[in-house]
Amino acid sequence: MGSHGIRDRVAIVGMGCTRFGERWDCGVDELLLEATGEAFESAGLAKDDVDAYWLGTAQSGMSGMTLSRPLRLRDRPVTRVENYCATGSEALRQAAYAVASGAYDVAMAVGVEKVKDSGYQGLNSFPIPGDGTQRTLTAAAMFSMVAPAYGRRYGVSDEEMRLVLARIAAKNHANGARNPRAQFRKEMSVERLCAMPAVAGGLSVFDCAGVADGAAAAIVVRAEDARRYTERPLLIKALSFVAGDGSGLMDPAYDYTTFPEVAASARDAYAQAGVTAPAEELAMAEVHDCFTPAELVLMEDLGFAERGSAWKQVLAGSYDLDGALPVNPDGGLKSFGHPVGASGLRMMFEAWLQLRGEAPPERRISPGIRSLALTQNLGGYPGEMVSFVSILGLA
Amino acid sequence: MSVRAGAERRPSRGILSWAGYVPHYRLDRQAIAAVAGSGGGTGTRSVASYDEDAVTLGVAAARLALAGAPAQPRELWFATTDPPYLDRTNATAVHAALRLDRTVAAYDAVGSVRSAAGALRAATRAPGPVLVVGADLRGGLPGGPDEAAGGDGAAALLVGSEADAPVVAEVLATASVTEEFLDRWRLPGEPASRLWEERFGETHYGALGAEALKLALDKAGAAPEQVRYLVVAGLHGRAVHSVAAASGLAAERIADRMEQAIGNAGAAQPGLLLAATLERLGSEPPGQLVVLLVLADGADAFVLRTTGALAGHRPARPVAAQVSAGGPVGYGTYLAWRGLLPVEPPRRPRPARPSSSAASRNRAWKFGLVGSRGEDGLVRMPPSPLDTAVVPMADAAGTIVTFTVDRLAYSPSPPVVFAVVDFDGGGRLPVELTDVRADEVRIGDRVELTFRRLSTAEGIRNYFWKARPAWKED
Repeated sequence: MGSHGIRDRVAIVGMGCTRFGERWDCGVDELLLEATGEAFESAGLAKDDVDAYWLGTAQSGMSGMTLSRPLRLRDRPVTRVENYCATGSEALRQAAYAVASGAYDVAMAVGVEKVKDSGYQGLNSFPIPGDGTQRTLTAAAMFSMVAPAYGRRYGVSDEEMRLVLARIAAKNHANGARNPRAQFRKEMSVERLCAMPAVAGGLSVFDCAGVADGAAAAIVVRAEDARRYTERPLLIKALSFVAGDGSGLMDPAYDYTTFPEVAASARDAYAQAGVTAPAEELAMAEVHDCFTPAELVLMEDLGFAERGSAWKQVLAGSYDLDGALPVNPDGGLKSFGHPVGASGLRMMFEAWLQLRGEAPPERRISPGIRSLALTQNLGGYPGEMVSFVSILGLA
Repeated sequence: MSVRAGAERRPSRGILSWAGYVPHYRLDRQAIAAVAGSGGGTGTRSVASYDEDAVTLGVAAARLALAGAPAQPRELWFATTDPPYLDRTNATAVHAALRLDRTVAAYDAVGSVRSAAGALRAATRAPGPVLVVGADLRGGLPGGPDEAAGGDGAAALLVGSEADAPVVAEVLATASVTEEFLDRWRLPGEPASRLWEERFGETHYGALGAEALKLALDKAGAAPEQVRYLVVAGLHGRAVHSVAAASGLAAERIADRMEQAIGNAGAAQPGLLLAATLERLGSEPPGQLVVLLVLADGADAFVLRTTGALAGHRPARPVAAQVSAGGPVGYGTYLAWRGLLPVEPPRRPRPARPSSSAASRNRAWKFGLVGSRGEDGLVRMPPSPLDTAVVPMADAAGTIVTFTVDRLAYSPSPPVVFAVVDFDGGGRLPVELTDVRADEVRIGDRVELTFRRLSTAEGIRNYFWKARPAWKED
């Protein structure tokens, strides 16, 4: 028994990602065609060259036919997967393991979400019939409880915490402003962000990820076949996934200053990849900044900062584009936008661009000898979440 | 005192326990005329919160009455003029929230204030302990007299015999006079009553009240001057006043109807006034006579005599203390809560209706707030099917660990104030807060649990529990 991973056995050889945003002009079909088309082109493949497909969408369609119909796929296995906001990562994980198993030569993972047709701001979950006792709080409110808990535990005043969270948002806005595919392309000053009215706990709308339509796709093959498709394949070093048991909501020991599911998935991923000092070894990280307090806590759960110190690192600029470890160089969920099923693959798309030196110069990181990227994608709420961590690297 | 037992009286049957419940909010009557152009008056009236209805009010009173009660009811009667449902029993939700045994019968007595009197009368004649719950939300059209005079509240009286538990007030006699006449009527679904000329009802009730009072006192073998307190209840304000005045009893022997502070809570008023009266008599010697006279489509009289057990019965939350507690609600908010002022709803999807089958399966959790405890010692809410030990949590006291104010989530009355609560003795529940102002919640605040209505969808009232500031004894 054990989690062994598939280090260096599978590679990403093609990727695509749509512009994220209020795509009033596009439906699910158009978004899927746009993302998969770019991925096919980047790998030099046609749809019939792909042996199996995994489609991740949280609530924009059911079954594999959501993909097979618009792409006119015939006689291909297409599986729809869903795992909260980590849905896109889950699709990639399934496709990679299918290739590693030897069952298929070429597989594609696609993630899509069309959220802007609901007529409401924010994300709204599909109601599953229940006894009526389920919480109906927004995700923003659930995550807002992290900030005061962290502040109390580590002696960060409300004013300092407001500044730290604004600093995270400002960084991601600055990065997003340099990303033509991002939903929000406007820089926001810390001062302006601090002045925004609170909507959930101490969080303003600008502490929340943008809710966007979009799609992203990746093609995976066995590592030994990768150079048939690209000179610079991205090797999968680790794929880890943890589904929490929700006990944080019931256990008085949980204090809202950490996401144990993330820490567990990070440990597993680092073990698979042989990473021992992530802050020194990683060239960049894409993390699930659904709300600014989440990014703060993730820096510690992923081992980028000691417990209780991430807020100082944030203020010191350690995670800026030119910092010691750039985090969310593409703008993150905050600015790139969050089409639920696509976000995990969007994170990998940034790793794909940055590690291959294809990111636009204005937001290109300087990794030096570092060649690994981490993506971290979560779904759910503090105390009850699923967490995915991948580590990708150049050959 | 020489008081002869009436022929119909069973020995030593009477009140075993009681409680009133006055909701948190108070409407200043002076705020009414400024908006409605007329109406209002002086003083305040009690107002049920947006998440309360007759069922939740009734649950609140019944929980207080049964807290530490020496006997458990074998029957439950639920009386209201404002039943959440027709065609289905409302008392079953009260029954479930009280976690009564399934062999305890539960019935509604709905439609009129007289229902409450009838339920109490039936309880005095039943074989075992009977819990009589009256709960009401009273109002009228904006600016009208019923709006200002009405109040919201509930009362629960546990009636039984000496064989069940010590009786604190024996029922010596009852009398009922019935007469068909039209004084007040309301069509199903309408927010306000319609009234006949006031003098017509006053004349009829004057005669009916005097007749019932005399019948009951005669049965009890008591003279009017032996009555320590005459409690007169009923929706006809002038009639209630004049019947009390015509009784010949001195003003200090007429029980205060709390009209200045909370108003007339309809089907809850008889029980609420009786509860407050018993609480006043706790410090007086036993043997005090109390007459409860209910003027509603006739008149019902109950003659009670306090016993030595009354002094030992400490009410969990005295009515008088509840009346003087509470916080203000604006007239606009009151109107919106009552559905009389449609306000812009939050631009969020409305909650879906709860599943009837899921609610039924999980009724111990949903209505009774029963969690579970596993072998690992963790209390789980909702309960886990892997755990064997059930843990009733409704009476647990807790402390706010962290909280948030959600201005985005849907609520019938935004914003949602939400807290993570850790309970004394184990268990954590992330739960909505109620009866609080968003700006006055603090980490470390003590809270108690209260049965409320989360939302209504497709006419289905979604009942569940919330937390509210813990009751502070003065």
